[in-house]
Amino acid sequence: MDKFTTLSGIAAPLPLVNIDTDMIIPKQFLKTIKRSGLGVNLFDEMRYDDDRAEIADFVLNKPQYREASILVAGENFGCGSSREHAPWAIKDFGITCVIAPSYADIFYNNCFKNGILPIALPQEQVDVLMKDAEKGSNARIEVDLEAQTVTSSDGDVFSFEVDSFKKRCLMEGLDDIGLTMEKAASIDTFEAAAAQARPWV
Amino acid sequence: MSPKTLYDKIWDAHVAHEADDGTCLLYIDRHLVHEVTSPQAFEGLRMTGRTVRAPEKTIAVPDHNVPTTLGREDPETMPEDSRVQMAALDQNAKDFGIHYYPMNDVRQGIVHIVGPEQGWTLPGMTVVCGDSHTATHGAFGALAHGIGTSEVEHVLATQTLIQKKSKNMKVEITGKLRPGVTAKDITMSVIGETGTAGGTGYVIEYCGEAIRDLSMEGRMTVCNMAIEGGARAGLIAPDEKTYAYCNGRPHAPKGAQWEAALAYWKTLFTDEGAHFDKVVTLKGEDIAPSVTWGTSPEDVLPITAVVPAPSDFEGGKVGAVERSLDYMGLTPGTPLNEIAIDTVFIGSCTNGRIEDLRAAAEILKGKKIGVKRAMVVPGSGLVRAQAEEEGLADIFKEAGFEWRMAGCSMCLAMNPDQLAPGERCAATSNRNFEGRQGRGGRTHLVSPAMAAAAAITGKLTDVREMM
Repeated sequence: MDKFTTLSGIAAPLPLVNIDTDMIIPKQFLKTIKRSGLGVNLFDEMRYDDDRAEIADFVLNKPQYREASILVAGENFGCGSSREHAPWAIKDFGITCVIAPSYADIFYNNCFKNGILPIALPQEQVDVLMKDAEKGSNARIEVDLEAQTVTSSDGDVFSFEVDSFKKRCLMEGLDDIGLTMEKAASIDTFEAAAAQARPWV
Repeated sequence: MSPKTLYDKIWDAHVAHEADDGTCLLYIDRHLVHEVTSPQAFEGLRMTGRTVRAPEKTIAVPDHNVPTTLGREDPETMPEDSRVQMAALDQNAKDFGIHYYPMNDVRQGIVHIVGPEQGWTLPGMTVVCGDSHTATHGAFGALAHGIGTSEVEHVLATQTLIQKKSKNMKVEITGKLRPGVTAKDITMSVIGETGTAGGTGYVIEYCGEAIRDLSMEGRMTVCNMAIEGGARAGLIAPDEKTYAYCNGRPHAPKGAQWEAALAYWKTLFTDEGAHFDKVVTLKGEDIAPSVTWGTSPEDVLPITAVVPAPSDFEGGKVGAVERSLDYMGLTPGTPLNEIAIDTVFIGSCTNGRIEDLRAAAEILKGKKIGVKRAMVVPGSGLVRAQAEEEGLADIFKEAGFEWRMAGCSMCLAMNPDQLAPGERCAATSNRNFEGRQGRGGRTHLVSPAMAAAAAITGKLTDVREMM
C-alpha cells in the first residue's frame, strides 16, 4: 500500500451532505475485476452529461481543481454501499485525503486500506477549509499525519484524531494481512478452542 | 461479572487477539462472497501466494449481475463485463475450494437470503460479506456486517478482521403495530428518527414487543436497513422463532450438536442492567405505512404526509433537500398519496422473502396493475419455487406483474433491470440514492404491501385503504 505522511495540495470543495457511494462511483463501473482505472469515472453522474461530455459546473471539471489531491465535503461522507471501488476511484483520480465532519463506517475503513487519509473535523473547521478550498489553486491546504494537523492557506491549524494502529499502517504503508499473519498462532489457538466450545459452527 | 449486552457477548466470544491499544482480531465464523466485491480479493491472494484459510466457512453465490429473465443461462443475456465478473467467481470458487451456488442452482439467490435459508447463518456467529446489507443476518442474533474488498481478502487469508469494538445502541419498539404496518415501516421510521448517520459507530440491538412479534423474515427486513441508519450492524436476540427457523436447515446442526447449540443460543441476550451508550424508543402504534420522498433513506414520512419544503430543515440538509426535490421532480406540499408511479419493483435482500411476496399477493389478489410495468424478483430460487407452490406467482402474473428469476435486480440495477431517466418507481428495496436504480430514475422506498397498493392505483397509496 502507498504510504501517507504529509500532503500539500489543492482542495476541491463539495459542500453536500450524505454523499453516498453510488454518487462517488455508480454501479455500472463495479463490473471491473481490477482495482485501477476508476478515476475517470469518479462522481460520474455528476461529472458527465448523457452524451459523456463534461459538465462544466462540476467542481472536478473546473480547471483549478483538476489537480486536486484533497476533497472537502459535508457530513456522513461515503454512506451507502461497501464498494471499495469508491476509495479506488478517489485514489485513482489523485485525491489522497478527504476532509469532512463525519464518515460512514465502512467507507472510512476502506480509505485506510488504500493509502487515503479521511480526516474528521468539527463542522465549523470544515467550513473554514471549505472556504479555503473555494479559492482554488490560490490556496494550498497542508496535512501532516504524524502531527495530526491540517493547516489552511491562512495558517489556521486544526488537529484531528486518528486511531493509532490505522495511523501507523498508513504512515508505513503496511500490508495488514501480513501483520495479521504474524499472529497466526493466536488465531490457531482461538480456532481450536472455538471448535471445542461451539463445534457446530 | 458486569452485565453484558448481546453485542458484548458475541464480540467477547470472537476476539482471537487483542493488542495493547484495543485493536482486536475478530474471528469470523461465516464469510459470504458475491461476484462484485470479491475478484480483486482473490486476485490479491494469487499475487501473494496466499490461500483461503477456512474454505469450509466461505460461501459464494452470484447475485448482483445475474439477469432475472427466463433463459438467463444463455450467455447472450449478459453484457461482456458482467460475464467476465461471473466467470471470475466461478473460477475462484473452484480454485479455492469454497462452497458455491452457481446461477443455475435452484438454491441461488441474493447472498443475504441464501445464507439464512441454507442454515449457514446461526445465532451467536460472526458473519461478514463484501456487501453493506450483511446487517440482515443480525436478525438471528449474529454479529453481521459489510466489509470492503481489502477486508474480504483479509478474511479469506486469515479468517479474522482487524476491528475495534463499536458502541452499544438500543432501539426499542414498544407495543403492537397497527394493521397495514410492517417491519419495513419500522426500520424506515427508525432511520427517519435517527438520520442516516444516527447509528454511525454503533451496533444496534432492536428489541421490544413489536420486534419480538415479527417473524424471522420481518426481523431480517429490520436488521437489513441498520446500515442505512449508519450502524455497523443490527442485532435481535434469538428466541423460539429463531430456533424454529434454523431447525432442519441444510447447514444447521443436527442431533446432539443441535441440543448443544440450542443451550448456547439461549445464553444470547442482553443482561439486565447492561449499559447502552444510546437509546431510541418508538411506540409501535405510532408507526404508519411509510414512504421515502427524497434521495436519502432518512427522507421518510408516513404516507398521509405531504412533500416537505427545504425550509423545513436546517444546516447542510437545506441544500440537500433542494437537490433531492429537484432530482425527484417533486413540489413541496404535494400529498404523498397523489404521486403517480410508473413502475413497481418487489424484491431485494430487504423484501424478497416469502412473507414479503405473500403480503404483496394478499393485496393484489384479483386485481390488475395500473402502472406501466411491475416486476417481482424473488430473493432466491427456493423462494421462487415456494411462491409458485403457494399460488402467489399466479396472483402476480394475473395482476400483470413480471415473474422473474432470483437476483438483486433493480435494487441496484447492475443487471439489465433498470429505470429510465425520470421513471418513477415504488420499490421494496433499501436505497433511494440518486441514480441507484438507473441514471435519473426516481425511487420511493415502501413495504411490499404498499408496493402492491401502488401497483394497483398507479400512485403512492395508503395500503390501509385497500385492506
